[in-house]
Order: sequence, then structure tokens, then C-alpha cells
Amino acid sequence: MGQKLLMKGNEAIAEAAIRAGCLHYFGYPITPQTEISHYMAKKLPKVGGVFLQAESEVAAINMVYGSGSTGTRVMTSSSSPGISLKQEGLSYIAGSQIPAVVVNIVRSGPGLGGIQPAQSDYFQSCKGGGHGDYRQIVLAPSSVQELYELTVEAFNLADRYRMVAMIMGDGNLGQMMEVVEFRNEEPIEHYDKQWATVGHENSREQNVVTSIHLNPAVLEKMNLDLQEKYRVIKEKECRYEIYNQDADIFIVAYGIVARIAKSVIEMAKDKGINVGLLRPITLWPFPDQAFDQVIDKAKAFLTVEMSSGQMLEDVKLALNGRKPVYFHGRMGGMVPARDDIMKEIRNIYNLHVKND
Amino acid sequence: MVHEVILAGFGGQGILSAGRLLAEAGMLDGNHVSWLPSYGPEMRGGTANCNVVVSKTPVDSPVLNSCNELVIMNKPSLDKFETMVEKGGIVIIDSSIVDRDVKRDDINSFLIPATNIASEMGNMAFANIILLGKLIKERQTVSVENFEKALYAVLSERKHHLIPQEMEALKIGMDYK
Repeated sequence: MGQKLLMKGNEAIAEAAIRAGCLHYFGYPITPQTEISHYMAKKLPKVGGVFLQAESEVAAINMVYGSGSTGTRVMTSSSSPGISLKQEGLSYIAGSQIPAVVVNIVRSGPGLGGIQPAQSDYFQSCKGGGHGDYRQIVLAPSSVQELYELTVEAFNLADRYRMVAMIMGDGNLGQMMEVVEFRNEEPIEHYDKQWATVGHENSREQNVVTSIHLNPAVLEKMNLDLQEKYRVIKEKECRYEIYNQDADIFIVAYGIVARIAKSVIEMAKDKGINVGLLRPITLWPFPDQAFDQVIDKAKAFLTVEMSSGQMLEDVKLALNGRKPVYFHGRMGGMVPARDDIMKEIRNIYNLHVKND
Repeated sequence: MVHEVILAGFGGQGILSAGRLLAEAGMLDGNHVSWLPSYGPEMRGGTANCNVVVSKTPVDSPVLNSCNELVIMNKPSLDKFETMVEKGGIVIIDSSIVDRDVKRDDINSFLIPATNIASEMGNMAFANIILLGKLIKERQTVSVENFEKALYAVLSERKHHLIPQEMEALKIGMDYK
């Protein structure tokens, strides 16, 4: 590893993108992710790239669509209300199978909501915020170091599968500073993008990038191809962290909440309660198999989110009734407090572990 | 030990920069650090605060609901954060601005008229550094040597000529009885 810097999460994302070979960035400012735009505006032209502040989020995502069609590594970033505006474009990009990286530094909603951190865009990110049967890879970093590493990885995944890879952070992750240790060389994967709409001097048939297929049979075939791609991703690309594998109770949490959960695990240890953490790193594909690894010993699961319980549904699907699932959530920009999570743990301990 | 620090005051008093300096110096000391600012409308003329963690082991949660070191630069912040200090923790208060001591007897408090001292030095902006001096003296949150290096890393070059005075302010804070 190389240089170590104290950096804001948003800056780490931007630096990672440049290191990953991102040459085009289109965005429109919105708190709490505007530092990404600042950084790109300053640094991207220096590496021969283009920073462009679009007239709106809708314009920005369509610029991403166009730039991505040429095979160029491209990124946009925004926060919740801005990501809502981008949904039409995301669906078109999915239909046209264009690689792109999209960053959502989530703030609290619904509507204009507030600017404080939230995880309430889980459904939108993982279940399809736009129309049609499509998916996007959703990565959920939980530290500034991981924001850097997963952003580089997002560009590889986007290219590998010709689709959107989304970084889903939150206001706290974007605004906070931690030490980032940069690699001397990034693990950039290179793909021969024969589908790209670039000049070819009549050396081949023209490439067409489109999502319109008016013949239902053709469109169904295209959908089946997409679903097959998603099946492969589900099989190969699930990422997760299991901390304290032999625990009696598991907290399921991602992003900044997983960090708070880790401090709860320490508090619980002092009280003689054996708590572990199951942290999905890919939210889609959701790492169902992680639950199989701990289910024999685990007595119960506690999902903690900055939402009303959105990931909770996937946790229940993964467990399929095999073990009890509890939930603790805060909304509106409030962050779960470790004492409150500890209280839930104590209740679960009394119900499921103590007299066992 | 894990230093869990909350710094709080009005926007413009250098609360966020003070936290930033602790984080940078902590990193230079070879520790794990995190810095989490309050962000948003409350910063514009309102209150500002930040959470800083300095730890030998990786930082679990950068979000603090309690702390063991508290630096206070206005009264509303003392009212808000005093209850969050863990037993045995420490509170450093700018007594030029805050007209009361802590109400608890299970934590240690130090009252320093930092803004007045800084004004006498000719630059009110040193008040935060004076308070950090006391914190560093009492708790060894970061080393003095790397605090100076952090000043060079964090401040823009046009402010580097002020650093000898900033270090003097730090020393005044450290020596304040």
C-alpha cells in the first residue's frame, strides 16, 4: 500500500474514480455529496477528463448514458431527491446495457426531506427505482477506506457486466474524515468494448445502443438475457463481512450503522452477551448465503437500519422463518444510538439465549 | 484508551478545524482516527460540533452518543453535551463565553478564559488552540510534536506564518492553572 491521507468520504470517492480511470463526470450539486463535484471539477481536467455540471439531475444521467455508450468510464453522483430524478435514465441505461457508476450519498426523505443521513433509499436502489425488470449492483461501504476501494471495484463491476454499479453511502459517510491508504496501483480490469458507439471508419457494422424493442418476442429475449446476467451476478458477486462467527445474536447492518453495531458488540461482550455482526457489502445481490454460515449457532437476528425496515425484508427472505428477526430503526436523519441498540440486544438475550 | 472527543460551540469559532487538527495529529501519531462534523443549516451562524475518535485499534463507531473528552465554546453546547460525558471524563470550557461550570461531580472540568487570552494575544482565532492545549496536557489525546505538523498539513500556506503563534497559544493552554 502507498500514500496515507486523512480524507472526507466524498473526496475519497472522487479520488477513487479518477484512479479507476473515470474520464467523464456529470453532476448537479446537492448536499451532502457536493464535495464529489468539487473534487472532480478540480482534478478531472488535469488527467485529461471532462467535468461538467449539468443543468439538472435528469440531464446529468442522460449525459452518463451517452458517454457510457462510447465505452468511456463515467460517473455521476447525487443524493436522494436527485437520484429519484435520475431513475428514468437508470432504467434506459439498464435496458441498453451500458456500464456506469452512480453514487448516492443518501439523505433523509421522503420528498425534499432533510440533509441528515439515512438509508431509506434501500428499496429504490435494490428493488428497481425505475420501470422495467432490471437490477443494479449496489455496494454499501462502511468506512472511508472502503468508499475508496469499492468505488474502484464499482468501475470494474460496471464494465464486467455492462450495467450500473451504485455506491450507496449516507450523509455521515460522505462528510466524515478517516485515513485512507491508497494502493500504488489500482486493479483496473480492461474489457474490449466491441459494442461501443465509437468511430470505426467503416471497418465493421454500425453499433446501435438502444433500449427500444417493439417486437415483444425480441424484447422478451432481451429480458431473459438480462435475467441470466443477474443470475450469474447473484452467484458470483455477493460480498459480506461476518464478525464474530460464533455469536448467539447477530446484528444485521450495513454502512455507517454497521460501525455503530461493532461498538455495541464490545459493550455486549462486557456484559457477557455474545453478539456478532453480519454486514452485507453488496445490498444487491443480497448475500443470502451469509446467513447459512451462522444460522446453526445463532438464536436470533436484529436488523438495525436508518429506515423503517427496508433491508429487513431481505433479511427475512434469507432466513425464511428459520430464526426470529427483530428490528431497530431510526428515520428522518436520526442515527441509531449504541445504548438503544444495546437495550434491544438485552431483550433478545432474555428471550432467546439466557435460559437456553 | 480510546479518546472519544466532542467539540462544540458557535459556527466560526474554529470548532471543526480544531477537531480536524486533532484527527490529523492523531493520524501522524500512528493512531486510528475519525472526524465527523455536524453539517447543514445549523452551521451558518448557529451551533457547530464535531466528533473525533483517536484510538490504538480501528475506530468502531465514528458517531458518538457519549464521549470522554468534551471541549465547549458556548453555553448551549454545554447544556446539550454535559450529560453525554462518561463518568471520569473531562470537560474543557471557554469561560470567557460560558458563565457556568459543569453541574456534575463525577467528571473533571477546566475553565479557561480562552477567547480573552486569545484577544490579548491579538487573534481571537487562537481560542480553540488554547483549549486544545489543556486537553492535550490533561489527556495526551495527541502529541505536541505532531500537533505542530498537523497545523502545517491542515492550514493553507498563506496562514503558515501564524503557526509559531498557534504553538504559543497551545503552550498557554497547556500551562494554564
